[in-house]
Amino acid sequence: MATKQIIHGIYNDEVPLLEGCKKLRESGIRIADVFTPFPVHGIDPIVGVPRTRIAICSFIYGITGMSLATLMMWYMMIHDWPVDIGGKPNWAYYFNIPAFIPITFESTVLCAAHGMAITYFLRCWLVPGARPKNPDPRTTDDKFMIYLELNDEQSKKADEILRSTGAEEINYKGTITIEPKY
Amino acid sequence: MHAESQIREPLILGNKTYRNITDDIIAPIEGKATRLWYILFTIACITFAWGIGCLAYTIGVGIGAWGSNNGVDWAWDITNFVWWIGIGHAGTLISAVLLLFRQKWRMAINRSAEAMTIFAVCCAAIFVLLHTGRPWLDYMLFPLPNQFGSLWPNFNSPLLWDVFAVSTYFSVSVVFWYIGLVPDFAMIRDRVVNPVAKKIYSIASFGWGGNVRHWSRFEEVSLVLAGLSTPLVFSVHSIVSFDFATSIVPGWHTTIFPPYFVSGAVFSGFAMVLTLMLVVRKAYKLEAYITVKHVEYMNIVIIVTGSIVGVAYLTELFVAWYSGVEWEQYAFLNRATGPLAWSYWIMMTCNVISPQLFWFKKLRTNLVFTFILSIVVNIGMWFERFVIIVPTLCRTYLPSTWNTYTPSFIDVGIFVGTIGMFFVFFLLYSRTFPVIAQAELKSILKSSGEAQKKEAAHHSHH
Repeated sequence: MATKQIIHGIYNDEVPLLEGCKKLRESGIRIADVFTPFPVHGIDPIVGVPRTRIAICSFIYGITGMSLATLMMWYMMIHDWPVDIGGKPNWAYYFNIPAFIPITFESTVLCAAHGMAITYFLRCWLVPGARPKNPDPRTTDDKFMIYLELNDEQSKKADEILRSTGAEEINYKGTITIEPKY
Repeated sequence: MHAESQIREPLILGNKTYRNITDDIIAPIEGKATRLWYILFTIACITFAWGIGCLAYTIGVGIGAWGSNNGVDWAWDITNFVWWIGIGHAGTLISAVLLLFRQKWRMAINRSAEAMTIFAVCCAAIFVLLHTGRPWLDYMLFPLPNQFGSLWPNFNSPLLWDVFAVSTYFSVSVVFWYIGLVPDFAMIRDRVVNPVAKKIYSIASFGWGGNVRHWSRFEEVSLVLAGLSTPLVFSVHSIVSFDFATSIVPGWHTTIFPPYFVSGAVFSGFAMVLTLMLVVRKAYKLEAYITVKHVEYMNIVIIVTGSIVGVAYLTELFVAWYSGVEWEQYAFLNRATGPLAWSYWIMMTCNVISPQLFWFKKLRTNLVFTFILSIVVNIGMWFERFVIIVPTLCRTYLPSTWNTYTPSFIDVGIFVGTIGMFFVFFLLYSRTFPVIAQAELKSILKSSGEAQKKEAAHHSHH
């Protein structure tokens, strides 16, 4: 069982924030999270967040949408009830494929966009009624916060780094107990 | 931090801080509505009510209540549908295409432009749903399993492509808009004091926290959605134009229609954005964010798309003559000199001549002139759709079917009603939603703020 100190390091600008993050990582301190009012570019590699794979999901959803549309139109127009409409070929899907392109495209976009949006909301757990995830409400306005969970020894080092890089507030928010993993 | 060239004009005027941006964007939400707002809202509600009355009457007695007749079976309904859908296109263009091109000036206007898109598509939907004649059977537009011997819709028909295109466009636009809104709702949630408002914004913000992973996914999702929306927006108006272009009616059966419709749509959409934003910046004191430079950029888009539309009109005339097809030639002769020639010349004046005035820098940076011209452009674009539809259907192949067209009171009522509905939605939106994407705007403050740019210039001299 280990007890860890929760530290909120609050900055009023993104430049010293990035500096602080860099210094913390250099001295081997793990940054639990950073809360900012807008996307700060270049922070991901510093904090150690890998590139999101959500675009790959979107591609897979898109392919799914394309296949579903093709299957649907083949079933309805060719297999289930072929109708002669203005002499357009109705005996094989590939003969009449130009007429099916627009809906194939729309369905691809529909599934890619909505699938990705749903994945995004669920992966971030952004759902109606979810509790606000920022510990300090000022981080959606004009404050930038480094959130740390550290043991006593690291806390001292982190405090020094936060202070030297220009954090305007360092708040100690109590401790948490972390169960060891077996 | 990327420094921006000093030659580029600042996009955020004055000495703003992150806190100032928050305060300025939240001011219309926290503050009381002005008298002007109440007056506009009352007028919008009355016209909306008139529209609902005419709509109910149409559903009650059928579309015989309209001016449409045996020959002119598409008239104001489809004119209004295409007009509204076209207006919607600017929103997606601003938020998607300008995002892909990394145009920072979009950030001041994309939120309201997307709201405009969504409301405009709602207005357009009314006409398509109603013009089927029996709106309670509109579910038959979708390929649902049914008991009519399993009768499926016709996937060869551009009208069905339209159903898929417009519903995809609407739902994707809503999602794109909402994903951008979540961080801004969170900002309001963390700021407002009224407990009821806090609760509502808390639910609407989905528990947004703004940590690194969320922002990283947010940016990726925005980029991919922009990439998906760009071909989507072009496909929607192309498919709308297929409704005409795949028919064999002279004057409609042309391959130029898709690009011509898309540029016309962007043209009218930007005009509507200007009409709305010029009022919003004044009413909510957002002059520091929606600057004259923004207006100038939008006016440049209007010159470009307006010129494309002008070239398309002339190309149509040339091709009609050059093709040697008598019916095609007559269709255009009839538009320009026939009984409804006045509408053709209104269209030509408003769409071809008026945007060319923006070549003068004095005029395109004059806000009053821009406001008037933005309305002129939308009148012109409404007449464009009217000219394509009505005079053409008045004179088709069989002279025995030739007739004329007058709109009924109900036609006018539904059209004016949708304008009322649009403004009811927009006015409510402007008082409850963050009208500028403030999170995104804060990210360009350092590079494009006036004071910040001056300071950067000062530093570079030493």
